[in-house]
Amino acid sequence: MKQFASFIRKEFYHIFRDIRTMLIMLVMPIILIILFGYAITTEIKSVPFAVLDRSRDEVTTRLTDRIGASEYFNLYKLLDSEEEAQDLFRQGKVRLVVVFPPQYASSPDAAIQLLADATDPNEATQLTGYATAIITAAKTDAIVQTMPIGIIPVVHLLYNPLMKGAYNFVPGVMGLILILICAMMTSVGIVREKEMGTMEILLVSPMKPVYIILAKAVPYLLLSMVNITTILLLSYFLLEVPIMGSLFSLVMVTVLYIIVSLCLGLLISTVADTQQAAMLISGMALMLPVMLLSGMMFPIENMPKLLQWLSNIVPAKWYIIAVKDIMIKGLSITSVLKETGILILMAFVLIAISVKRFKIRL
Amino acid sequence: MKAIETKELTKRFGTFTAVDHISFEVEEGEIFGFLGANGAGKTTAMRMLSGLSTPTSGEAVVAGFNVYSEAEQIKQHIGYMSQKFSLYGDLKVWENIRLFGGIYGLPEKKLREKTDELLQTLGLESERNTLVDSLPLGWKQKLAFSVAIIHEPNIVFLDEPTGGVDPVTRRQFWELIYEASARGITVFVTTHYMDEAEYCNRVSIMVDGRIEALDEPAELKRQFQAADMNGVFQALARKATRGE
Repeated sequence: MKQFASFIRKEFYHIFRDIRTMLIMLVMPIILIILFGYAITTEIKSVPFAVLDRSRDEVTTRLTDRIGASEYFNLYKLLDSEEEAQDLFRQGKVRLVVVFPPQYASSPDAAIQLLADATDPNEATQLTGYATAIITAAKTDAIVQTMPIGIIPVVHLLYNPLMKGAYNFVPGVMGLILILICAMMTSVGIVREKEMGTMEILLVSPMKPVYIILAKAVPYLLLSMVNITTILLLSYFLLEVPIMGSLFSLVMVTVLYIIVSLCLGLLISTVADTQQAAMLISGMALMLPVMLLSGMMFPIENMPKLLQWLSNIVPAKWYIIAVKDIMIKGLSITSVLKETGILILMAFVLIAISVKRFKIRL
Repeated sequence: MKAIETKELTKRFGTFTAVDHISFEVEEGEIFGFLGANGAGKTTAMRMLSGLSTPTSGEAVVAGFNVYSEAEQIKQHIGYMSQKFSLYGDLKVWENIRLFGGIYGLPEKKLREKTDELLQTLGLESERNTLVDSLPLGWKQKLAFSVAIIHEPNIVFLDEPTGGVDPVTRRQFWELIYEASARGITVFVTTHYMDEAEYCNRVSIMVDGRIEALDEPAELKRQFQAADMNGVFQALARKATRGE
């Protein structure tokens, strides 16, 4: 036990004395949260739009006000001609133009035209969707006032009523940070000992290999917990993402995911011979799939079948689903049994492979 | 009891026989030189004796323990210093000492005494809080050796311990080896430097996985009619068919 303690102390020295490691460990989570929170956002917020109002009556004015008053859109200009709309699009001044037909007030079923800049199709879809929602809402309000009978569709967005991007990326960033710290750092840490020749010294010592590995993992596990706390605090207070479910379940799932990540790091360390190789493998084999295939940035349902299938072996996918269910939907741990089961299975498979490989290699 | 005893010790990697039926004995307290060209099988032999790798066949007893069945006990009774640097450069001098003392299970009080004694012997008291990385190579090697024997092992294995330093520094390093040997620690050392071979009590020379010669340096020189150990080595190494 004393051996183990002095070894863990050594690992902390390694971490605290290396500025690069410290930066990755402590600053990166904060930067990522802030980046995703404010810069790289897919949220629609204060988008400039213009209105070509051929009717200029009470109803269209009210609709224009209504769209402009929402937090999604800001009225840039009232237009006089279609050419003007073209110009504004070309100059990039507006991303949406609403066209009201003549005599709109007297023919409420007349179609309103929405023009959107589709160079970014995702955004265009979102913009028209939002605008449609606002117009529909305004129309139903008007209908309620004039005719009390009728079927009124009411749209409710569940779990994320404000359509905040943070609800999606906070679980994503957690999945990314943890795999980065646990897998990349552990693999680099172990490979460094191999590269420096100190691993041999440790292996001829009475210290059992399993303790060497455990001692490597413990500091990263602790620091990951610190990171998770930082991320959750930042997202709760800064980005106002609530934690609907039980914190305990969230922590349990997270610890499980950390264990999977540590095993991945161990596996990488048995494959890589140099620190650079370990870095590269972690980067290519872990970071990219987490970013691209976990559903964090791109919806998995829209991917080709092959990629959808591949995404199943990305641990982050299951972790992110579980975190969303617990944190955002407020479900209990029993409703994420499938995800936790898959993660446990992954952990066992990874441990089995890496322990086997570790023995052969050393 | 002999410090090391091997009989027909062999290690094969696939069809390649790295160590080919070697048999030798090392006396307690002896300084035993283990020489051979690159690729002759020195490191492989040493790894088997220190429990890092399991022999393919043959027998070996180290510090009274069998390499097959008692590898864990062997680890308690040996020290090891590799040709690569064996300390942590980003740890301070005293932190390295404490780490390895801790790994070998030295009690806190003993460890503190040992640390002071060791720093005094090496003249490193003023460098106690220096990061090992910023020490000169010669000092690092001396420190690494002292740390390798901090738990007073029966045997210490040194794998090319003095690579890259000048003869004067090497000589200083060997004074530490003599001190350890005088305290009863058996020293098993591989080297490339023939002047170091002269310092050993007995020397074995490996060629292509076999031990081709084993005796006191003076006796070997007489046998091969060579002026120095270099002459002996050249005469034997010429027979080698294995390249690097």
